[in-house]
Amino acid sequence: MTSRWFTPWLYLLVPLALLVTFTYLPVVDMVSYSFTDWDGLSPVSDFVGLGNYVDLLTRPELFQVFAVSLCYLVGSAVQIVAALYFATVLSFHTRFRNLFKGILFFPYLINGVAVGFVFLYFFQPGGTLDTVLHWFGLGPRLWLGNPDLVNWSLAGVSVWRFMGLNMVLFIGAIQSIPPDLYEASDLDGASRWQRFRHIIAPGIRPIIGLSAILAISGSLSVFEIPFIMTGGANNSETFVIQTVKLAFTFDKTGLASAAAVVLLLIVLAVTWAQRRLFPEEAA
Amino acid sequence: MTTARTASARRRIAAGVPAAATGAALALALAACGSGGDSSTGAPSPTDPSQVSGTITVLTNRTDQVQDGTLDGYAKRFNQIYPHVTVKFQGLTDYEGDVKIRMNSSDYGDVLSIPNSVPLKQYPVFFAALGPAADLSKTYDFTDHATVNGQVYGIANIGTANGFVYNKAVWKRAGVTDWPATPQQFLDDLQAIRAKTGATPYYTNYHDGWPLTNWGNALGSPSCDPAANDKLADTDRPWAAGQDLNTTDTLLYDIVHDKLSEADPNTTNWENSKNLLATGKTATMWLGSWAVAQMRAAAQTAGASPDDIGFMPFPTQRDGHFCTVVRPDYQYAVNVHSPNKAAARAWLDWYITKSGDAQAALSISSVKGTPLPSDLTPYQQAGVKFIQLTDDKTAQVDQIDKASEIGLNAQDYPQRIVDVARGAAAGDLTSVLDDLNAKWAKAKGTVG
Repeated sequence: MTSRWFTPWLYLLVPLALLVTFTYLPVVDMVSYSFTDWDGLSPVSDFVGLGNYVDLLTRPELFQVFAVSLCYLVGSAVQIVAALYFATVLSFHTRFRNLFKGILFFPYLINGVAVGFVFLYFFQPGGTLDTVLHWFGLGPRLWLGNPDLVNWSLAGVSVWRFMGLNMVLFIGAIQSIPPDLYEASDLDGASRWQRFRHIIAPGIRPIIGLSAILAISGSLSVFEIPFIMTGGANNSETFVIQTVKLAFTFDKTGLASAAAVVLLLIVLAVTWAQRRLFPEEAA
Repeated sequence: MTTARTASARRRIAAGVPAAATGAALALALAACGSGGDSSTGAPSPTDPSQVSGTITVLTNRTDQVQDGTLDGYAKRFNQIYPHVTVKFQGLTDYEGDVKIRMNSSDYGDVLSIPNSVPLKQYPVFFAALGPAADLSKTYDFTDHATVNGQVYGIANIGTANGFVYNKAVWKRAGVTDWPATPQQFLDDLQAIRAKTGATPYYTNYHDGWPLTNWGNALGSPSCDPAANDKLADTDRPWAAGQDLNTTDTLLYDIVHDKLSEADPNTTNWENSKNLLATGKTATMWLGSWAVAQMRAAAQTAGASPDDIGFMPFPTQRDGHFCTVVRPDYQYAVNVHSPNKAAARAWLDWYITKSGDAQAALSISSVKGTPLPSDLTPYQQAGVKFIQLTDDKTAQVDQIDKASEIGLNAQDYPQRIVDVARGAAAGDLTSVLDDLNAKWAKAKGTVG
């Protein structure tokens, strides 16, 4: 049978065109802006070579904001552990398990702007969180006003929003594990923890690795939730918010593009290091 | 994006050719680059309304006026004089962000308000010249705010005076009836309000940010100097003791530091703040005179008395009188790529001089000789001096401001002062002002 070589490419045509138009061309543009002093508006701009990168790397205060990312990184760890727990529980016969899956996945489907606004009310002084804590005799706190607390509050929102997505990925992976392994372990009298430790965890290892990579790159490039909820004020500024401000408040599109390129390189480097430290077994 | 920008540069070469004489050139340009465009870069006022035709799109940030039909009503009245012009409106919620990005193409309406982020020196690239400053400044205020090389590129519809919007009833209950004349008196009055009324004396609107940026507009009030903004271009220390920015920022710092503002600035809400002020739960906010009408409307809705809403000047006096700076609101311009510049200019002129929009909103009309609106009567009675800042060095000041990443009209700048004042960020007033001075001096050196 002669297979036409171009058939798969026909199917790929539309997604590839979209990918190139909306991902790769803008990236190429961004890299080219990063070598200019373009202000985001002017029809002309000057080529400044590596000037923007030199400027960026000689201002260490621009990188201090990565400290904020640590809060989100801790949040991501909590998120993955919680997602693993729920995925394991909901993969077996639990009452109302489809309902629970729906409830836990639902936050991911809500628009990020809406999530931001809902949680603004949730964290208000005398708002929902303070009211609930008051029943347990805990005093009110400035969840967004306290500069030591604000990033944990925001990371909490992030966990709430994305935990469902991790959980669904894990459930999908768990379901691909052959059921006879569970039966065999039941016959051997394995406990639930042993079953998780020796069957489920190794079985879904690639997905856990992927989640960890997404968690780290996500923590480095947090944007939506803090931007909507605090606008980066009060010690909650992340690297991406800082970049957006450079580009759109101070008209330094060239410098901001360089910052974005640097962030991309950092994420790539971290991912590479992670793959080297925890190599995936060849499947 | 790149092609659009070169196209705009190409069309600019035809500068100065009168619109009427470019029929042939226009046809050529159409054939050459495949996009419409009147190749002249000027938009003089048309003289014969019956000759003006075309469809124009007006970009506006007033989505409320698009929805409630106010603008369509204006268009109908406009059509009685200009029957052959069709006016369409595009309301944009994120006006600044959307329009700035659209200005990278040639598709940004025929008439638009100039986004604040466009630097003055680039106006000729994007907007059609409306006429020589010498002529237009006889009819309109604020023209030098949009003048490049003697040509005016934008005309404001309204001007805004600055001051504290306050709830008179609350201030009265605290025993204060006269406007404070020094920052210290102002702080004492706020203390009295907190002690005697239980209202929050001052509301920052920290979270929404843009109402807070009005503190940048206090520049010029303490010194009563029309050149206050221009002088920033020549000083290394705009925040030195006795300078305007020092006085205004110190007042903001002290208000927050003395706990005279709301408990949690991070959850403030602009829409709700109107209701809080109208019902006397908060007493004072630093805003433009445009806010008075909105606060009165909020009072009406909340069942409180609209007459309780007052407006007072910045608490400093020079030679025995208060000063308020009147600044232009958005300036209206004609897109340099518009194929219907005559129709666009006709709308711009009519909207500013005939629509009555400024009067309806109790705003200061930019048309010279128009009487002040009723909400500023107390200012007139108290002898408050209205000054307009000169714009001889606005371009340089803009440049230094951007290069220093301070952002005199951005929200990070006053937000940082609030954060330091309430102990949420390191430092004290002196260290913040020193840091601002250092950044300004450094940027001024690089911009030159």
